[in-house]
Amino acid sequence: MFKYFPHTKADIDSMLKALNISSIDELFKDIPESVIFNSDYDVPSFMSESELRNHFAELAKKNQELTLFSGLGLYDHYQPAVIDALTSRQEFMTSYTPYQPEISQGTLQYIFEYQSMIQTLTGLEVSNASMYDGSTATAEACFMACAVAKRNKVLLSSTLNPNTINVIKTYLKYKELEWDFIEEKDGVIDIEDLKNKLDKDTAGVIVQKPNIYGIIEDYSGFSELIKANKSLFVINADISTLGVLKSPKEDGADIACGECQSLGMPVAFGGPTLGYLATEKTYVRKMPGRICGYTHDLEGKRAFVLTLQAREQHIRRSKANSNICSNQSLMALFVTIYLSLMGKNGLKEVNNLSYQGAHYLYDKLIATGKFKDPFQKPFLKEFTLQTTLPKETIQTALLENGIFGGLGLDVFGDKYEGLVNFSVTEKRTKSEIDKLISILEGLS
Amino acid sequence: MINYNKLIFELSNKDRIGYSLPKQRFTNYNIENLDPSLSRQTELLLPEVSELDVLRHFTNISNKNFGVENGFYPLGSCTMKYNPKINEEMASNKAFRNLHPLQPANTVQGALEVYYNLQTYLSEISGLKEFSLNPYAGAHGELVGLMIIKAYHEDRGDFKRKKIIIPDSAHGTNPASTVVCGMDVVEIESNEFGRVDLEKLKAVLSDEIAGMMLTNPNTLGIFENDICEITKLVHEAGGLMYYDGANLNALLGKVRPGDMGFDVMHINLHKTFSTPHGGGGPGSGPVGVTEELSKYLPNPRIKKLDDYYYVENSGEALGQISSYFGNYMVSLRAYTYIRTLGKENLRLVGPYATLNANYISKALKPAYELPIQGYCMHEVVFNGLINKDTDVRTLDIAKRLLDFGMHAPTIYFPLLFPQAIMIEPTETESKETIDDFINVMHKIAIEAKEEPEKLKQAPTKTPIRRTDEVFAAKMMIFSYKDYLEYINNRG
Repeated sequence: MFKYFPHTKADIDSMLKALNISSIDELFKDIPESVIFNSDYDVPSFMSESELRNHFAELAKKNQELTLFSGLGLYDHYQPAVIDALTSRQEFMTSYTPYQPEISQGTLQYIFEYQSMIQTLTGLEVSNASMYDGSTATAEACFMACAVAKRNKVLLSSTLNPNTINVIKTYLKYKELEWDFIEEKDGVIDIEDLKNKLDKDTAGVIVQKPNIYGIIEDYSGFSELIKANKSLFVINADISTLGVLKSPKEDGADIACGECQSLGMPVAFGGPTLGYLATEKTYVRKMPGRICGYTHDLEGKRAFVLTLQAREQHIRRSKANSNICSNQSLMALFVTIYLSLMGKNGLKEVNNLSYQGAHYLYDKLIATGKFKDPFQKPFLKEFTLQTTLPKETIQTALLENGIFGGLGLDVFGDKYEGLVNFSVTEKRTKSEIDKLISILEGLS
Repeated sequence: MINYNKLIFELSNKDRIGYSLPKQRFTNYNIENLDPSLSRQTELLLPEVSELDVLRHFTNISNKNFGVENGFYPLGSCTMKYNPKINEEMASNKAFRNLHPLQPANTVQGALEVYYNLQTYLSEISGLKEFSLNPYAGAHGELVGLMIIKAYHEDRGDFKRKKIIIPDSAHGTNPASTVVCGMDVVEIESNEFGRVDLEKLKAVLSDEIAGMMLTNPNTLGIFENDICEITKLVHEAGGLMYYDGANLNALLGKVRPGDMGFDVMHINLHKTFSTPHGGGGPGSGPVGVTEELSKYLPNPRIKKLDDYYYVENSGEALGQISSYFGNYMVSLRAYTYIRTLGKENLRLVGPYATLNANYISKALKPAYELPIQGYCMHEVVFNGLINKDTDVRTLDIAKRLLDFGMHAPTIYFPLLFPQAIMIEPTETESKETIDDFINVMHKIAIEAKEEPEKLKQAPTKTPIRRTDEVFAAKMMIFSYKDYLEYINNRG
């Protein structure tokens, strides 16, 4: 016997008897003899629960938990204890996509609440809860822009996170759509280059703020230019920063997308996280993923259902605009609980504390004389400096002290040679920051 | 608390808070100093509630959900097996969940070891050479697998192979993924047994065929007994075979996709390998390939040299399809599951799941129309009641099941049968649970004849009754803001 299989010998015998057969093997007579797998899988033998715990303890020793001072899309923000307590409830964790609304109001209601929160943060009317992460959400936004504008090319800002660029390029290449880059100037997207490159094939313009350097880009004048060209303006923004920064709506965006990890999720070695995607109702029929809407039941009780499903792959099949089948619900629950706890004041406070820590670190690092700011632009919790210190020296010195930070941006390519990244969240204490500074001060 | 009916926004009370943050440390700086042209001008509509408010709210709404631990969840094609607690405990280990994916490889050796070994286990179970765990979900895996097929043909300079053959019984994601990958779908009609019709397959084979997507057992729960002939025909025509791993659970311990001639496949870790569905996600859709295709697997790759694990980005790869290593914490759960079962128990998954499904098939056959005779694999598809003289439809049967404390099966899929009811019990259900389900289904069949109105009205014991879906689609109330506007306009 095994704990996940309730079949006793007597059960099996009685089920076989009901089927008029003598062994389970008879049920597999449709499988050609030549391909039947008759041996044991070459995987290890089973482990008891306590052996498994020991095994994981051994594995865990081979990992080094570090104090994080680099983010680049995934940040070490505070995760309230309430989140784990609630998201681990089996009613949320083990259920399927809410196809039977009568017994799925828990999931449907929090998705509605999540959509409401994304609505207020982005200023845009409708969002889904279906995107895997920020990079794939942005790729889906590109598809959406092409479908709405009925054009085949997108313009990508050179200041997007390189991971996002790479994912978009793969998606576009295989769907046989085109892209071009808008040059950057002094660390921000160059509006003159945008003007030159907008043409009749441009479906959308994709920008990011804060951008790869941590800079809060100013999009004054962008939306007018882009709209005049009948293209869509797509803003990728770390959702957490929208608690204080100009919303995509205020910037004139048609689509907002990006990463939600900052809102209550661990960095989790990269996943799972959640991507958000929001737009105006005008474009909702080209939007991928599941959408939840308010309605009532036949007794008039308030209820929530998945709606506008005619857009989706299980109905439209080869005519669908996206193959998304996931609803990244559980991660949307992280966001909903986090924002419920934080409210508008908490979210502002998180941003302010991160801002303060980042600016303190910035000033101190500049004061060491070993770092320069090549851009001199406003930033929030993340910034990029130029240094003549070898990046290996920085990394090694910090790692010896249990710190991950000052990451050389050239992990993303030679373009970023000599640039290092620092991020500070509200979790970083003054003593942690001071320790980082003193280590870097001592390097040569 | 089933009548709890508040939105989190409706609990809000100005200045109440539910967080504790550090004191301000660097008061020389203030975000208010940011140029107003960069700052938010519109007020945020977020709730202001206490910590206990939040706990009660979400606990109360969770009680309106049905999970695997509530009761039988025979949702066909979704493999709603038990999601083990030890998986969750392992995935909550801070030494994994607090790792940043950009940390140097020497600080994440444990994490990389798990990733590498899980790849190896999946290869062994699938009979394919190599896996990438980067795809985030089943449909994402399909897309990546199709990219690999496309890259393979283009690399050989064969640019006209842009058609993918898909049976009409396939999951909707198959044709959708094909189109998203910039290829065309050639749909072929299934034969009377719900299987691939070899003659129809031969008729569409040409030098424009890039490959064929197939799930086996198919969505009717029937094994494609001509599988070796199918893969041979497609290969002879120069195409590759894609295995949609949605139904892999049936095969564990019995047959491996690679041995049947498949070249590329994805696995839904959230089905076969017991990771939770999370209300629709996060899932995970690792992609496996033959040796010949392994160079195309997406970046980043995890490699091993002696006893050291490292991250590699290869120029031959199809590119990047995720920011980092996919849904890593989901992989961690699947790894735990495989180590818990071990070789001794993994091989029993398919047989027990298949035994359970056939037992249901036989027991319900007297009352429900079984359109395809013979043994099924891990799931069975009925076409509504045998007795078609009543107004009772599959939807009514599904809704009535909810009143008995059971989740409904998948309904109206596959599309081949107009009243499809697709039942997948999985290997983690006991004979007693299955007998209860069978009894309820028979009871419903009798009700359909004697008290059809009861079924038309069902469910009546759930937190809400049937919903007005037309209203939802027409009104498009997608947020609390929309809702407030609607309420105000209604007066």
